[in-house]
Amino acid sequence: MASANPVTSEVKPAILDEVNPIALPRPALVENERSFSWITDKICGIVEEKTPTWWWVCFVLACATASFTVMGLVYLVSAGTGVWGLANPANWGWAIVNFVFWIGIGHAGTLISAILCLLRQKWRTSINRAAEAMTIFAVVCAGIFPVFHVGRVWMAWFLFPIPNANAIWPNFRSALLWDVFAVSTYGTVSVLFWYVGLIPDLASVRDRAKNKIRQFLYGLFAMGWRGSNRHWRNYEMCYLLLAGLSTPLVLSVHTIVSFDFAISLLPGWHTTIFPPYFVAGAIFSGFGMVLTLMLPLRAIYRLEDLITQYHIDCMTKIVLATGSMVGYAYAMEFFIAAYGANDFEIFAFVNRAFGNYAWAYWIMISCNVISPQLFWFKKIRQNTAWVWIISIFVNIGMWFERFVIAVTTLTRDWLPSSWGYYSPTIIDIFTYVGTFGVFSVLFLLFLRFLPLMAMAEIKAVTPQADPHKH
Amino acid sequence: MAKQYGLIAKFDSPADIMHAAEKVRDAGYKNWDVITPFPIHGMDAAMGLKRSLVGRFTIVGGTIGITTGMLMIWFTGGSELSLPFMEGYKLIVGGKPFFSPQFAFPVSYELTILFSAFASIGGMFILNRLPRHHHPFLKYKDVAKGTDDSFFLYIENVDPQFDEEKTRSFLDGLSSGEVRELED
Repeated sequence: MASANPVTSEVKPAILDEVNPIALPRPALVENERSFSWITDKICGIVEEKTPTWWWVCFVLACATASFTVMGLVYLVSAGTGVWGLANPANWGWAIVNFVFWIGIGHAGTLISAILCLLRQKWRTSINRAAEAMTIFAVVCAGIFPVFHVGRVWMAWFLFPIPNANAIWPNFRSALLWDVFAVSTYGTVSVLFWYVGLIPDLASVRDRAKNKIRQFLYGLFAMGWRGSNRHWRNYEMCYLLLAGLSTPLVLSVHTIVSFDFAISLLPGWHTTIFPPYFVAGAIFSGFGMVLTLMLPLRAIYRLEDLITQYHIDCMTKIVLATGSMVGYAYAMEFFIAAYGANDFEIFAFVNRAFGNYAWAYWIMISCNVISPQLFWFKKIRQNTAWVWIISIFVNIGMWFERFVIAVTTLTRDWLPSSWGYYSPTIIDIFTYVGTFGVFSVLFLLFLRFLPLMAMAEIKAVTPQADPHKH
Repeated sequence: MAKQYGLIAKFDSPADIMHAAEKVRDAGYKNWDVITPFPIHGMDAAMGLKRSLVGRFTIVGGTIGITTGMLMIWFTGGSELSLPFMEGYKLIVGGKPFFSPQFAFPVSYELTILFSAFASIGGMFILNRLPRHHHPFLKYKDVAKGTDDSFFLYIENVDPQFDEEKTRSFLDGLSSGEVRELED
């Protein structure tokens, strides 16, 4: 009530008259002032156009590559896990390396869709759909390795607590079982999150469909979405909650993956830095993969107005930040080993950098710690060729990180008589190379049949979507 | 002619539809809706809608999830209970306790998230009464514009305030375009 307090009602916030905040220009998220319908035509057009020749060429190549994994696994199942280069005490070879590599790749997708959503980073809208697709397909590739590593793959269902004739339950005290739950939850929730995001865009494709079959199929998955605001209200709340749920999920998944190592008692593994270090590494590798995938897509489909230089800048800066965190973690591991004054721990780290696998260690350091530092330079960030090449280095470096961690420790265990040199077999190599084919097949199908960008979300961040703009 | 479902008007910008929604809300209509290609910030208030209830489903899902996880781990490894088709079995592994909330936590935590996610999505579909593939708007001739770049507002004829003439002229005053029939 103004009359009750005449003094304050007359006080003018004088300072506001003097302060004149600068209107800092925000980078446009959609360039060239594209209209709503331009966005719809552009993204739906990719799904509706005649299948391009390059797609068929890539698809055939990807299928051929994927067959390597199929053949590798058929041979493994018929002959046994001995066909992999595993030899006591190195019982975890490429299988765990590849598993952690692929799971890590997936994490950037969830970071973009969930964490950046909570942080209201609007630039995520152009890349989140494809990054989430990448997450799901990466989890598929990751899952192959532990499932076949169990040896008798037809018994893999024993990992789940399903009542069985032997009355045996899984051992919930093992980090490996936590991993089963973490990864299967991660895969499931990623699919759900991705699907919820797709619903409004599937409705767009359905409404534009020219033939009955397309209309029926897209309509089926669009769940009768009609863009009602009474629906948007619940939809947005659901999306926000899923983002809130996926954030602790993605952090916990790689934490639990790192527990596979960290709760063992082996030098080089038994460290408390593992969870944050693994999560930073996962996001680092995932953004590497996002850049590797998105830059060619941007060029092929002429998406420069939607994935602008600003988007690339943001992603390269995240690569730089997480790459530096990973570099810090490498240094900190050495420091703690020295400071802890444990002979075995010191040996494990000196052996990492200067032992049999020094070549792998220094590949890891050059790719993960040194190469992303180039992103300090604006010239490099603005040169898509350089960005793409560095993103490949990040992928290579992060694979070697897992290799170094797993193999250097296992081949130098407590008993020097069992020390050895681990090498993969040709089956290991084929199975791993093939997973890139599996990933590509899935990703190409995604490009062909689903809108690769979240149209509704992009429209919502354009300047003309603001209802207070006249 | 098919049965009438309501009257529909088209708008060209988020600002127009929002101002129209505010007026429809203030006029006291109940059975009406706004169709937009993307969520418009502030539209919930303009329509007089309260906060979404999806969160209630999420909390129920999460509670069921963590309880399931803890009980499952306790039952399988920390009890000798006998249930139909299954019984608990205390297995000694590395001298560790048969049950402790610490080692049961990671799995229970993941199940909390899993169940919450399913509950949120289930809740969203239940509250939205979806899937529903036969809504009158889906048969409207301009439906494709509604998921592209146009904004629609319709008032259903079951609304207690609905009056063919008055509602039509009311909508005419709000929209620059033509007011059309939405058929059932």
